Amino acid sequence: MTAASIQSSSRGHSVAARSNRTRGLWLLVLVAMLGLLAALSVTTGTRDVAWPEIMAALGGAQETIGQAAVALRMPRTLLAVLSGAALGLAGAIMQGVTRNPLADPGILGVNMGASLAVVIGVAWFGITSAHAYIWTAILGAGGAAVFVYTIGSLGRGGATPLKLALAGAATSVAFASLVIAIVLPRGDIAGGIQAWQIGGVGGATYDRVVPVLPFLGVGFAISLLSARKLNSLALGDDVAAGLGEHVAAARGMASLGAILLCGATTAVCGPIGFLGLVVPHLCRTLIGVDHRWLLPFSAVGGAVLLLGADILGRIVARPGEIDVGIITALIGAPFFIWIVRRQRVREL
Amino acid sequence: MTDHSLVATELSAGYDGKAILEGLNLAIPSGRITAIVGANACGKSTFLRTLSRLLTPTKGHVLLDGTSIHRMPARQLARTLGLLPQAPIAPEGITVADLVSRGRHPHKSLFSRWTRTDDEAVDGALAATKTFELAERPVDELSGGQRQRVWIAMALAQETDILLLDEPTTFLDIHHQIEVLDLLTDLNRARGTTVVMVLHDLNLAARYADDLVAMAGGTIHAFGAPEVVLTDQMVREVFGLESRIIEDPVSGRPMMLPIGRHGSAGAGANRR
Amino acid sequence: MPSPTIDRLAVNRRRRARRHSIAFGLLLALVVLLFGFTLSVGQSIVAPMDVLRVLSGEPIPGTSFTVGQLRLPRAVLSVLAGVCFGLGGVAFQIMLRNPLASPDIIGITSGAGAAAVFAIVVLQMSGPAVSLLAVGAGLGVALLVYGLSFRNGVGGTRLILVGIGVSAMLQSVIAYILSAAPSWSLQEAMRWLTGSVNGAQLQQALPLLLALAVFGSVLLSRTRDLEALRLGDDMASALGVRVAQTRMLVIASAVGMIAAATAVTGPIAFVAFLAGPIAARITRSNGSLLLPAALVGGLLVLVGDYVGQVVLPSRYPVGVITGALGAPYLIFLIVRVNRTGGAL
Repeated sequence: MTAASIQSSSRGHSVAARSNRTRGLWLLVLVAMLGLLAALSVTTGTRDVAWPEIMAALGGAQETIGQAAVALRMPRTLLAVLSGAALGLAGAIMQGVTRNPLADPGILGVNMGASLAVVIGVAWFGITSAHAYIWTAILGAGGAAVFVYTIGSLGRGGATPLKLALAGAATSVAFASLVIAIVLPRGDIAGGIQAWQIGGVGGATYDRVVPVLPFLGVGFAISLLSARKLNSLALGDDVAAGLGEHVAAARGMASLGAILLCGATTAVCGPIGFLGLVVPHLCRTLIGVDHRWLLPFSAVGGAVLLLGADILGRIVARPGEIDVGIITALIGAPFFIWIVRRQRVREL
Repeated sequence: MTDHSLVATELSAGYDGKAILEGLNLAIPSGRITAIVGANACGKSTFLRTLSRLLTPTKGHVLLDGTSIHRMPARQLARTLGLLPQAPIAPEGITVADLVSRGRHPHKSLFSRWTRTDDEAVDGALAATKTFELAERPVDELSGGQRQRVWIAMALAQETDILLLDEPTTFLDIHHQIEVLDLLTDLNRARGTTVVMVLHDLNLAARYADDLVAMAGGTIHAFGAPEVVLTDQMVREVFGLESRIIEDPVSGRPMMLPIGRHGSAGAGANRR
Repeated sequence: MPSPTIDRLAVNRRRRARRHSIAFGLLLALVVLLFGFTLSVGQSIVAPMDVLRVLSGEPIPGTSFTVGQLRLPRAVLSVLAGVCFGLGGVAFQIMLRNPLASPDIIGITSGAGAAAVFAIVVLQMSGPAVSLLAVGAGLGVALLVYGLSFRNGVGGTRLILVGIGVSAMLQSVIAYILSAAPSWSLQEAMRWLTGSVNGAQLQQALPLLLALAVFGSVLLSRTRDLEALRLGDDMASALGVRVAQTRMLVIASAVGMIAAATAVTGPIAFVAFLAGPIAARITRSNGSLLLPAALVGGLLVLVGDYVGQVVLPSRYPVGVITGALGAPYLIFLIVRVNRTGGAL
């Protein structure tokens, strides 16, 4: 090593130390925002509830209509935080695993795979229990992820952003049309599926949230543990292998985490798109590309964004509500287009 | 073959509002082979794209026989000036003969039928590039060298007096590189076609071109016969590389040998 | 100077042209044959001679109604709408050199759908007004996608990705409107979104014929330029094609045709997308794909509607049939496109 490069690396160290402090600060800001939004989420909704009633409801009282409304908002807030974190984290992992700026559980067809599996389960196998929903959704998500990645990486150049995005979009469209073909002749289930398909956290109850907790827990753990592996994968498969990483195993493990998160979330909320695309990009502009920071940030950021979108959906359409899946798509799709425009054509 | 003048005057062009060519002037010598060389991102390809109307200049003109090519009917221009871009696309399953026939596009109007003249042009192009034997094979199945010959055949079927080529030898091994450059030389000698090409390899450019254009920073750095242009001073200024120029023992043209930091005596010390 | 090699070239070229004509002829024969078949065989069977007599205007009690009022408008609309979808779709696919660049995927269909749903549910409109709005929205979305993907000219891949994004946004608009819709208009909106030729009437064929005459002839007059575009934008430009101008013209007429068909039948899933690739397989890339794809489009809708009405135990609108059939083919196609890196 030459003197110059030694010098620059020691300077790099001090830069890293300083930016760790800013990263910590940002994380604190995000967590504070999350707390604020959670409070806001419990206190605001289509019905105005007075403060004393809110306090009483938080204490467990459910006598008045207002108190009951607040009691309903608590599991909803919890679900929004959990699924937002899950989707944000899953998006960051997918972008890392595929080295693809356009990766997102929605765009890569993973949510639609979970969706199709659940629809098939409901229509043909008559599944009803929460556990059956979750397992079916996870199976569908995993199947779709493997499928899309396989066809996206066929041919020259491997899994390029364009090929993956197209494979995912095509698979999504295909699955969506299969969903319609399955649901349309079944008037008995059409209404329920239609509502679930849009994607939302409204109507959440603890009964529905609790069964997914173990799945989310395992998903979070696996995902966060794969940060270091994603950092190696970011340098390309060959370099990662040269650094002693078992590429296929690293990719498989990280993907498993993401699939658990997406499948479990989709089972409760329906497919929510674009959150997993937007959040990691925003976090990267804040704290850079180190996955050890990016993953937790994406989780907190995803929770903030989904909760914010849910609150927004409750406020703007009073006395009705807009489902959070619609809000995220309306915010996320322009973001997607912006990323596409920013990329140079040849890279696509 | 008729003489044509192709002249760039005060040419500026670029992408995204970022100027790449700035006030470039050059008259392409008619009936000769001209090679454009230069470091990466010096504007070689941009220049070629502007010369062939793929890119509209922000300032200045490209004049073909005194008329701005951007004011000429597209078809008429395409009968005089042909271009082989860097990455042309062969539709899946298309045969060589069919692909080469596409070169006749500028000679056809909406209702005109295929004529004997068209067949002759395609036949001539296949013969000149020695691809007649491949005529009925799908282009997808050909090797890289064969494919490049087929694309050149297509450009020949277009029967233009001027032919521009953007790095026609990239991705080819040395054998096929020479084959392609020999082919272009044949074409120039036999039909008098003006050939203008961007080349990466300085030595091949010096070997095959009648005139060299060395570009740097979006303008012409030097222009003239290889013996005049290819000097150690030019290589230093354009490529930032120390080198020695010797006479190529095969062709008598100049030849550049890079020196580098380990170029001189002792670099081979580890060799057994 | 006679040359044997030129003659060999000419022979082979004529053989390619003949193959193209044969494929085209077969497709045309198939359309005519199936057209006649759907008129004569349905829930009840009408003798072919009787069908001909009804078509020539002779009144036959009962049969005149079944064939003349029910089956004929259905078949006519199916073929015409299919031709519009097929021709418009393949023009997009050839121009952007990617089978995924079909109006189904780049948001034009979603745009028309969102406008129609908005018109039905929110504005409480019905009939031609809905169709008109849908056509306008389809054109608007096409322009929007084109404009958004403009940067130093329009890259085909960028246009597809932008279209995917726009499409996702419009889908969520549709979902929102439907989620808030009262049940009576929900049904109407859903029926429109699926695409069907139910309740077809012969006078509905008029706008389709008009669209075909105007936009179809524009597209066909650009056949050679479209063929040149298959070699890449740069190559086409070098061959004397005005790429930007051709693109605008092709987009405008293809969207016009698709929007007109959508206005009459609703978006019939995947017909615009499937017609081109199927036609490419049939003609084995001998000659232009425009006319074969148009015929394949007509066939798809004709057969899809027949299957949905007669063959299956319960009745389905044609859009469900083409959607279910199209999905696996879409996946097969993306596999093939990725593996070969090739276009159509």
